[in-house]
Amino acid sequence: MKKEIILKVNGEEREVAVEPRQTLLEILRNDMGLTGTKEGCGNGNCGTCTVLLDGKAVSSCLILAIEVEGQEITTIEGLAKAGEIHLLQKAFIEEGAIQCGFCSPGMILTAKAFLDVNPHPTEAEARQAISGNLCRCTGYDKIVRAILKVGAN
Amino acid sequence: MPEYSFLGKRSPRVDALSKATGRALYTADFSLPNMIYGKTLRSPYAHAQITRLDISKARALKGVMAVITAADEVHKSPYNPPLLAKEKVVFAGQPVAVVAAINPYIAEEALGLIEVDYEVLSPVTDAIEAMKADATIIFPDIRTNLIKGNQTGRGTIPSNISWHVEYGYGDVEAGFKNADIVLENTFRTQGVHQGYLETRSTLVDVDPVGKVTIWTDSQNAFLVRELCADFLDIPIHHVRVMPVEMGGSFGGKISQPLSPLCALLARKTGRPVKMVMTREEDFVGTNPAPATLISLKVGATKEGLLTAVSAELIWDTGAFPRESCQNASVVGLSLYRIPNLSVKLYDVVTNKTPTGNYRAPGAAEAAFAVESQIDLLSRALQMDPLEFRLKNAVSEGDHATNGTVFPRIGFKETLQKMKEHIAIRSKPEGKNRGTGVACGFWFGAAGAFAAQVNVNGNGSVTLVVGSCDLTGNRTSLAQVVAEQFGISLDKITVITGDTDTAPYGDISAGSRTTRQMSTAVYRACQEVKDQLTQLASSQLGVKSNELTFAKGQFQVVGMPEKTISLEALARISIMRSDKGPITGRGSVGGNIPAPMFSVHLAEVEVDKETGKVKVLSYTAAQDVGFAINPTLIEGQMQGAVGQGIGRALMEDYVFSQGIMQNPNFLDYRMPTAVDLPFINTLLVEVRSGIEPFGVRGVGEPPMIPVLATIANAIHSATGMRLKELPMTPETVLRAIQQR
Repeated sequence: MKKEIILKVNGEEREVAVEPRQTLLEILRNDMGLTGTKEGCGNGNCGTCTVLLDGKAVSSCLILAIEVEGQEITTIEGLAKAGEIHLLQKAFIEEGAIQCGFCSPGMILTAKAFLDVNPHPTEAEARQAISGNLCRCTGYDKIVRAILKVGAN
Repeated sequence: MPEYSFLGKRSPRVDALSKATGRALYTADFSLPNMIYGKTLRSPYAHAQITRLDISKARALKGVMAVITAADEVHKSPYNPPLLAKEKVVFAGQPVAVVAAINPYIAEEALGLIEVDYEVLSPVTDAIEAMKADATIIFPDIRTNLIKGNQTGRGTIPSNISWHVEYGYGDVEAGFKNADIVLENTFRTQGVHQGYLETRSTLVDVDPVGKVTIWTDSQNAFLVRELCADFLDIPIHHVRVMPVEMGGSFGGKISQPLSPLCALLARKTGRPVKMVMTREEDFVGTNPAPATLISLKVGATKEGLLTAVSAELIWDTGAFPRESCQNASVVGLSLYRIPNLSVKLYDVVTNKTPTGNYRAPGAAEAAFAVESQIDLLSRALQMDPLEFRLKNAVSEGDHATNGTVFPRIGFKETLQKMKEHIAIRSKPEGKNRGTGVACGFWFGAAGAFAAQVNVNGNGSVTLVVGSCDLTGNRTSLAQVVAEQFGISLDKITVITGDTDTAPYGDISAGSRTTRQMSTAVYRACQEVKDQLTQLASSQLGVKSNELTFAKGQFQVVGMPEKTISLEALARISIMRSDKGPITGRGSVGGNIPAPMFSVHLAEVEVDKETGKVKVLSYTAAQDVGFAINPTLIEGQMQGAVGQGIGRALMEDYVFSQGIMQNPNFLDYRMPTAVDLPFINTLLVEVRSGIEPFGVRGVGEPPMIPVLATIANAIHSATGMRLKELPMTPETVLRAIQQR
């Protein structure tokens, strides 16, 4: 049985019919066409499906869509404002922090939620903050540098 | 050395913006109208006879569109292992049937309705046991007896040894007799997964005429075309493979476990079918790196010169036969001048996940043994480990173990670079800390690649390639084009075409795509330049040898006011030139070898209470020939070191009765950001003979030394020599306690 709910995604209220068993990740990707959010493991261990829920980084594969009615959901597609990409996106591009790109949306959103709370972190704090997001390409070197670069400003 | 405007610069990746904004499309992001979903039923047993397989209930479930078993397989090629088990399953996770249904939930439910009766057989799970004469034989048609002498190949007696080679030169016994020190040790490496974050996935559509279109993660679209055409028994031009972004591969996306079966489902149902592996499926149903056992005897004089090496390599290749460890012996044993050599190689089948390629396949494993032994020799002789290596290192004119004579190489330069780095860096201080060094060598590969360069009507340039971009090569190749025409990168578009529209590109593997494609693209640009020159000379009314070309503009020599721009020529070419549009092609086939060497340094701290090893700092030096884009190269090196550290300290395929016990990222631990330090990189540029820039491959060499570098550093920190991977806190602690 599907239930009609309203999800607030990237500042837009969108009506969607969901089955209670469907995750937020499934609904974002399959029903809303927001494929920037990736699935890497399906059980909360890799962080590629990270979205912001009321500003906090969460694994959308572990959340049922039906649970988050009324909450502010931000996906990678909603991070750029008025045609301007976010400082973190810019830093990731400039520092060479993006390789295959599969972890990048989740990594950038996790970093954003972190910097919102801790705008000038140390290296150790930055590493801790993204330790729930796996990256297999970069060894995290340039990712950490990109985050610290934004944090230095 | 020429001055470049675009080459050698840190241009941001051309694909970075689309990836940073979530716009880049990977296989699973594609959907087609009327699409349905495929799922795979996998064997729960490592070794069993299928005594009954009944799909009638699954087929009858509402919403199920097709169920396929081995009986439906049509492919003719005997060289590809079966994609669906027939009569017998040989590894846990082996596909037995595939289902297509109108949604993933029904497909999943249908899997549960397929009835399979298994007669469970005892699994062969250990390579050494598998080699014994009385071992259970997995494949009765594999016949390899132990062949004596310099012979290769297969024999006559049924065996689990699928491939056996013995080779060597000189007199090993005499070599050991002449040695002042002889060390013999056995090293073990574990099965590990490539760990790409995008699981294997595919989307296949078959049109009413039978033309198959495929979107899938692959290191070579043309190989997908070939494998699927073979599987479906249709000609390759009836298969079209589309370009997609790919979420990591590292050698793991050469095989095609899904696309052929998915194509069969699409053909049977007449609807587009999408299949995406779960992470668990990806662990058990793809091709990880093999577990290996390497026994290595090395002899050296007290002056530190190697006298002889004998090596026995046993590769546990999992459930399908391979011929994989021969390359390992060549890349593993060719770093040093070895006067006398004897090598024995065994590829062995077991009832475990079938193995494949993982970044520098064989080399990383072999280097763990070789570079650990070299470290032990240096210690025994009280020599600096880099000095020992410099004394024995190969250089131009020396030969690899397969007889290939080395052209110009930068091994000694890379060792020197590391020596200089060590001399100036701050020394490690504190208890339980130590440093280790180790080296790596990779031959690389050539392969057939082509490129197409089109000049657009406004003077911009489009480069069309069929090769796959794993490392950022679209950016490097755009830089090559920019350099040739002196136009900025924003005027260059690099398009990865599909197999119907793009020029052929070989597989992106073996650290060869940028090295080969930079030549092909350069050649295509020269063809375009020739056409532009002709047009410019007719437009300006001078001979072509009176023209110079720079920064997108032709100029008559000695007449600075007489010029014509690339933009003007481009417009003319499509408006009214009798020669027509300007387009060039470049191809490259075989190419000379451009061997690659890397030298690594790690500093670790070992917690004696817990056994945990912390990597405090890491430096990777590498001869890259010529760095087209240093940022991309550093990224390759840092990523490979991260993977290597995971392999050295954390990752492991844990089997029980041949069944993987940890097929998820919680139990199969890959490094996170807190497990790694910043990874320092030192680029050495000893130009190779690869025209026109002297590049070398980059992707695999930085994986090769890591395992031994960490083991050598642990030895330095604790005095203990660990010979088995991974060096987890448990194993390190056990070693500390047993001492």
